[in-house]
Amino acid sequence: MQKSMRKKYMLDQAKKSVLLIPAMVLLLAFFIVPIILTVYYSFTNMALTGSAAQNFQFVGLDNYKMMLTDPNTLVSIKNTFIFLIGSLVGQSVLGFLIAYLMKNKAKGFRRVIGPCILAGWVMPEIVVSLCCLAFFDVSGTFNKMIGLLNIPGVDFIYGHPMLTIIIANVWHGTAFSMMNFQSALDNVSGDIEEAARVDGANRIQTLVRIIVPCIKDTIATNTMLNTLSTLGVFGLIWALTGGGPGMATNTLPIYMYNMGLKNFQLGQGTAIGMLLLLVGAVCSIIYTRVLKTDD
Amino acid sequence: MSDRAVKVLHYVILAIIAIAFVLPLVWLLIASLDSNANQSLKWPTEWTFSNYVDVMTNSKNLKGFGIGLIIAGVQSLVVVLVSGLAAYPLSRYNLSYKKGLMYAILFMTALPMIAVIVPVYKMFLNIGLLDSIPGVILYLSASGLPYGIWLMKNFMDAIPVELEEAAWVDGATTMQSIRKVVAPLMFPGICVVFIYTFSGSWGNFFIPYILISSAEKQPAAVLLYQFFGQHGSISYGPLAAFSVIYALPSILLYILSQNYMSKGFTMSGAAKG
Repeated sequence: MQKSMRKKYMLDQAKKSVLLIPAMVLLLAFFIVPIILTVYYSFTNMALTGSAAQNFQFVGLDNYKMMLTDPNTLVSIKNTFIFLIGSLVGQSVLGFLIAYLMKNKAKGFRRVIGPCILAGWVMPEIVVSLCCLAFFDVSGTFNKMIGLLNIPGVDFIYGHPMLTIIIANVWHGTAFSMMNFQSALDNVSGDIEEAARVDGANRIQTLVRIIVPCIKDTIATNTMLNTLSTLGVFGLIWALTGGGPGMATNTLPIYMYNMGLKNFQLGQGTAIGMLLLLVGAVCSIIYTRVLKTDD
Repeated sequence: MSDRAVKVLHYVILAIIAIAFVLPLVWLLIASLDSNANQSLKWPTEWTFSNYVDVMTNSKNLKGFGIGLIIAGVQSLVVVLVSGLAAYPLSRYNLSYKKGLMYAILFMTALPMIAVIVPVYKMFLNIGLLDSIPGVILYLSASGLPYGIWLMKNFMDAIPVELEEAAWVDGATTMQSIRKVVAPLMFPGICVVFIYTFSGSWGNFFIPYILISSAEKQPAAVLLYQFFGQHGSISYGPLAAFSVIYALPSILLYILSQNYMSKGFTMSGAAKG
């Protein structure tokens, strides 16, 4: 009796799942399988083409050992870290500042400022690269402007390539943080702020003690989403500096691409991919956890 | 500082930030209309549309825009269709694995897809999907699905089941109910998923760049990169005009999506009374 009920339940569940099949097939083939392959390849000495593409062997942790002793990987990790921190700080601080200052401002003014910030976000990343390449060129708009103030020009692309890609990414990403903080700030009750001010708190105290604690979930999800999107940045850097000069802006996605698809070292390329995937997975789990407390 | 002075200061800071943000784009727009554009913002000595004419009369460029449209259009259709179907059981039925699957989907929306591009390349090489536009569409569709399902499910949750029950009483099947009742009611939501997927695909550079090798199969994003990526002498006027045309769909779709989003979902009232 119980068995047949269980069978009936399973059958019912299966029948109800039919519409999920196309989605599951696509996700399995082009999402799950590549992730499994990443893990698998990273333990082999597989090459992309040639004889080593067929006759590959398991090499255990060799790719990971090589990765951690290869000075270029260490430079890439360091670059990724600097790029990540610079982008996070730039996007969050600027995004919050704009959202905070825009609150309770004249509607007409907000209607002009908002789209200016959003424009950099809506642009496709290759257009962002082109705009920044021209803007920060030795004879570009920025240098011409500071030239008017008699400040000597700065060679951004070759002299400060890391700073350039961080600024480009901040320009592209700030609007996302701004929108997140705007909707979070809208939900902070004006009564609490008012009460704090009546109690004699100044602007900074209200901000640090009242507003920031109220929007801490938004800060967390915003930071995680920005971390995940910054880890995945490839085209922006590739089109601006190509990862150079030298190794100066070689982040993990660029190094992985060069290693796996330019040098044909699939095993080592996927080991770098694993590193990205692991960091991404940790951030992604934190992100889903924070969202969970929202429900 | 008086409150008034603080307020003025706020306005000034915001204005400076906004100008800094918009300057690179002002350059792009003006350079595209300048017969003698260079990398710096300047007032053109001669205004012209010839840059746009140059770009739009080049058959290679037109093909690039066309391929970009096909990739983005087909991918968006696939994502809307497949995620719409998948959202139905997730929204309407009591499935034992629902909670776990929704978490897995949310988890997948956030993973950086570039991390798996090397094995995808190898996989496509082995099954003959490398350098093929359908291959790119399939891969992009799959990577857009998690977010599509997530959005669709939430939009569908906002539609009261009572509205469907009326259709069931009249003898409608599940598919009929989806097509005739659910889909029309959540049309703004479907548009949001379509627009979101489309502009993501239109702006995507690295997937076609890595998975397509033939010059004649490259979408607009890759063409644009090739124009200035090789450095050397760059003709900024046509390059800027190409960028403006290429960025236009992204801007228009964003404005359109804001329209749909602001309409919101006020369907909950339909079941009452």
